[in-house]
Amino acid sequence: MTREVRLYTLIAELTYLCPLRCVYCSNPTNLAAHPDRLSTADWLRVFEQAAALGALQLNLSGGEPLLRRDLEELVAGAHALDFYSNLITSGLPLTRERLQRLKAAGLSSVQVSIQDSVPAASDRIAGRESFEQKLDVARWVKELDLPLTLNVVLHRQNLARIAEIIALAERLHVDRLELANTQYLAWALENRGALLPSQAELDAAREIAKSAKERLKGKIEVLFVLPDYYSDRPKACMSGWGQRYLLVSPDGLALPCHLAHTLPGLHFDNVQERSLDEIWHHSAAFAAFRGEAWMPEPCKSCDRREIDYGGCRCQAFHLTGDAAATDPACALSPKHGLIREARAAAQEAPLIPLGLRYREIRR
Amino acid sequence: MSTEALGLGVELKPKLAPKAKLRLDPKTGKYILLYPEKGLLLNPTGAAILQLCDGERTLSAIIATLAVQFQSDTAVLEREVRGFVQGLLDRGLLQAAP
Repeated sequence: MTREVRLYTLIAELTYLCPLRCVYCSNPTNLAAHPDRLSTADWLRVFEQAAALGALQLNLSGGEPLLRRDLEELVAGAHALDFYSNLITSGLPLTRERLQRLKAAGLSSVQVSIQDSVPAASDRIAGRESFEQKLDVARWVKELDLPLTLNVVLHRQNLARIAEIIALAERLHVDRLELANTQYLAWALENRGALLPSQAELDAAREIAKSAKERLKGKIEVLFVLPDYYSDRPKACMSGWGQRYLLVSPDGLALPCHLAHTLPGLHFDNVQERSLDEIWHHSAAFAAFRGEAWMPEPCKSCDRREIDYGGCRCQAFHLTGDAAATDPACALSPKHGLIREARAAAQEAPLIPLGLRYREIRR
Repeated sequence: MSTEALGLGVELKPKLAPKAKLRLDPKTGKYILLYPEKGLLLNPTGAAILQLCDGERTLSAIIATLAVQFQSDTAVLEREVRGFVQGLLDRGLLQAAP
């Protein structure tokens, strides 16, 4: 039994450039290899092809999508195709006037990130002064009657302030609050020692989030996403490889997920050379981990294989060196020891705080 | 079952929350309720309910309209509508209009 493959969401990573330097950025670490290569016309064509494939949701993301001067035009193009468009932004650089123009162009909703509830701590994780501007942006979004999601990536340096983070979200009257624990890939994997929380820290935060979710029911949609490292079963990464999502990188690669281009041995087509329809239905890379044929044991005979699809291919590769391995986050994986060891190391805070490696363009 | 026991007053005027958009999915011909990063595929009853949630009609008016439209037993329909509306209110996808 395999469910129908159907594209629902196009993730347009318009640029990897970003004014922030977050230590858990989910962009690949070789940013310089993927410069902005798509014109306005290229993106508009990609949107049209995605809509024809059935996509209903469009995430305008990055890097920082606001750095594209043609963002208004792209939003208008998405609107003409009836997309539900979601701007995923750090809030920098933005003026209230530009936000107003984006709304007029037909933007459906805005997701703003903050890094903590305390300005200095937020700025430290972001690698620059940004907290106050982010709060301004969040207020403008609400003033302009746009739906607002507040996204906060959680880790051992901010988990203890989850109640304050929730209180801030309430004061900002956000519509959704995403409390997403760091997933340890890309830059976050490099900073894992400084970011991975202990079981106790995580449990305490989860309880607070759970009661907030109940208390705020109908007012704020509260999401709390566990880190894979503590879930014992992997996530259905991207709802399964090449099943529901397609991502286009700034240089035009059509990808099944944010980091697929870090996997060796796969050739990803460029949207400047092939149509999304051809890529989605006929490319070898999208077929590589789609469905169950590729699965090793213990996935192949597991009764959860249609729930988690074997987990995250990038996590499998970056931890075990084999993209076709069972995600080591799964307790049934023969390599689960890698996760247990990292978890064991996180149970006590380091005596000397570990330094953070900020996101940077390495040439 | 009384209205009070089910929580929702018959005078409630439900309307879509600003973050929710109802649209037809051309691939399936079904209605889908879109909200940030997600979508809820609707069955014909769900779609019909939401098309009436305009912030003007009361819950009792919606139920009466649907009873005619679907030629179904009002009591059964009322339970279905209440369950559906309450679920979407809890998820912040519907709001009560003033």
